[in-house]
Amino acid sequence: MSFLSEALWVLLLGSLLGLELIGKVPPTLHTPLMSGANAISGITMLAALTLILKAGNNTPLSITGSIALGFALFNVIGGFLVTDRMLAMFNRKNSPRKGLRK
Amino acid sequence: MTSTQIIKYSIDLIAVLLLALGIKGLSKVKSARGANRLAAIAMGLSALGLLVDSYISQGVSTSALIWIAIGTTAGGLLGLITAQRVPMTAMPETVALFNGCGGMSSLLVAIGVALFPVAKSQGDYINSSIETISITVSVFVGAITFTGSMIAMAKLQGWLSTPSWTKSKIRHAINIGLACISLIAIFGTLQGSENALWLLIFGSSLLGVGVTMPIGGADMPVVISLLNSYSGVAAAAAGFVVGSQLLIVAGAMVGAAGLILTKVMCNGMNRSLISVLFGGALSTDSPNTGSTSEGEYTNITACSTEECALTLEAAERVVIVPGYGLAVAQAQHTLREVTRVLEASGIDVTYAIHPVAGRMPGHMNVLLAEADVPYEQLIEMDVINPEFPATDVVLVLGANDVVNPQAKHDQTSPLYGMPVLDVQEARTVFVIKRGMSAGYSGIKNDLFELSNTSMVFGDAKKVLGDLLVELKELGVGKKH
Repeated sequence: MSFLSEALWVLLLGSLLGLELIGKVPPTLHTPLMSGANAISGITMLAALTLILKAGNNTPLSITGSIALGFALFNVIGGFLVTDRMLAMFNRKNSPRKGLRK
Repeated sequence: MTSTQIIKYSIDLIAVLLLALGIKGLSKVKSARGANRLAAIAMGLSALGLLVDSYISQGVSTSALIWIAIGTTAGGLLGLITAQRVPMTAMPETVALFNGCGGMSSLLVAIGVALFPVAKSQGDYINSSIETISITVSVFVGAITFTGSMIAMAKLQGWLSTPSWTKSKIRHAINIGLACISLIAIFGTLQGSENALWLLIFGSSLLGVGVTMPIGGADMPVVISLLNSYSGVAAAAAGFVVGSQLLIVAGAMVGAAGLILTKVMCNGMNRSLISVLFGGALSTDSPNTGSTSEGEYTNITACSTEECALTLEAAERVVIVPGYGLAVAQAQHTLREVTRVLEASGIDVTYAIHPVAGRMPGHMNVLLAEADVPYEQLIEMDVINPEFPATDVVLVLGANDVVNPQAKHDQTSPLYGMPVLDVQEARTVFVIKRGMSAGYSGIKNDLFELSNTSMVFGDAKKVLGDLLVELKELGVGKKH
């Protein structure tokens, strides 16, 4: 029972934190923010890892876990890299403007 | 509490803190890039923490390591390649693809736990019923996220068009039917029936397709944002399934964040989430052919790129209004060339960015940044609207509904109340457009018939290319 009550508190506070954090964002950053938040939702990779660790000698379960891990990491790694690519473009204005394409 | 548990809890706490700081930092242009890295580090840390904890407490078998390595390598490499190859214009569908895969992962975890008793926690009655509930939620939300995101991606890529049955009322009957099937399956799954689980996977997958299929391209960003929120919910549910509080916090944060972002997008388009999801009020009645009575124009002034160039040459202040069409034509680089020429001859050039310009809020900023447009020249709607009366020339590039004056004056218009750019206040407006077809909303644009508006017909990239040639022939931008 303690896990449930703790987990529900965690769920509630996590949701409130999410609402507060995202409250004020300039429109410019909406797409990168969405992409970044999306990468974080790939945190299910932890669940997939847990599944593999618990599987022991159960091969079908290991395979399921491994595929789940693959999907999650595709989300995480792809998501963070794409976000970084987008944000790198905004930062370019700070760098000295030389070597521009003609 | 053993010392390893303390270490594990500290790592989890640090990871949550970093994730929160990451999301917070992503809300400022200066700190965004660092914040993204911070969040990435937090994710890596959390995975490391889990592995170290389980290594110390129960040991990690070689076979488990191999399976982990296989999953990591396959997913990681594909993610790496996709992230590097995908063009900036395809960002919305890329986010949809990643998002769908996150949903798929939660779905698979829940199925794994449901089918194989090994993975179940050996707890009391209450714990096992929590587990069943969370498995059900995780399967339901995960499946909808996956199929919904895939459909969203396919539609944005142009692989799928909106089928005709989805424009009629039948789609509501079909979706209600699918929802009923899913509901029955949910009750069955809660009773522990394995057949019901398969029915739930089937039903909710189809529901994801059925709900997303009728939604038109203009509303798709809202749907992706909502599905992004769902994938957070799915992750939180998976957190309940495997008993990980870190997963619950992160999932809840993403779920809440996605909801806020969805609301912001809806506000920008003056549409309620309900009407985006169920109504389709703007797009259902008149398929965007332009042949319906609403889409007929009587008083259009067309002009050549040469006239456009001559007007631009004489201008002192030019405002560019980029839209979806510019993104589709990939014309942002050519546009930048044109504006460079104009700037070189001392003409003041700025860009008016509507909150929902492009295919996602902020997408246009990313596209223009890719073409080296200085960040300071991108002006938000509220700031630039009062400046239109002092503007000589406005170039509307592939934007339509966001410059429709109907939204201000015509109370009967479905667009009424949507914030728009007041481009009609400028002295001259050029609208560069492929043809007279209506915008995504299928609504006639009064701007096109105004006396100070001229239409330049053609593909945005080609028109801009021609314009560049004309301007150079006129000697604009050359210092004498």
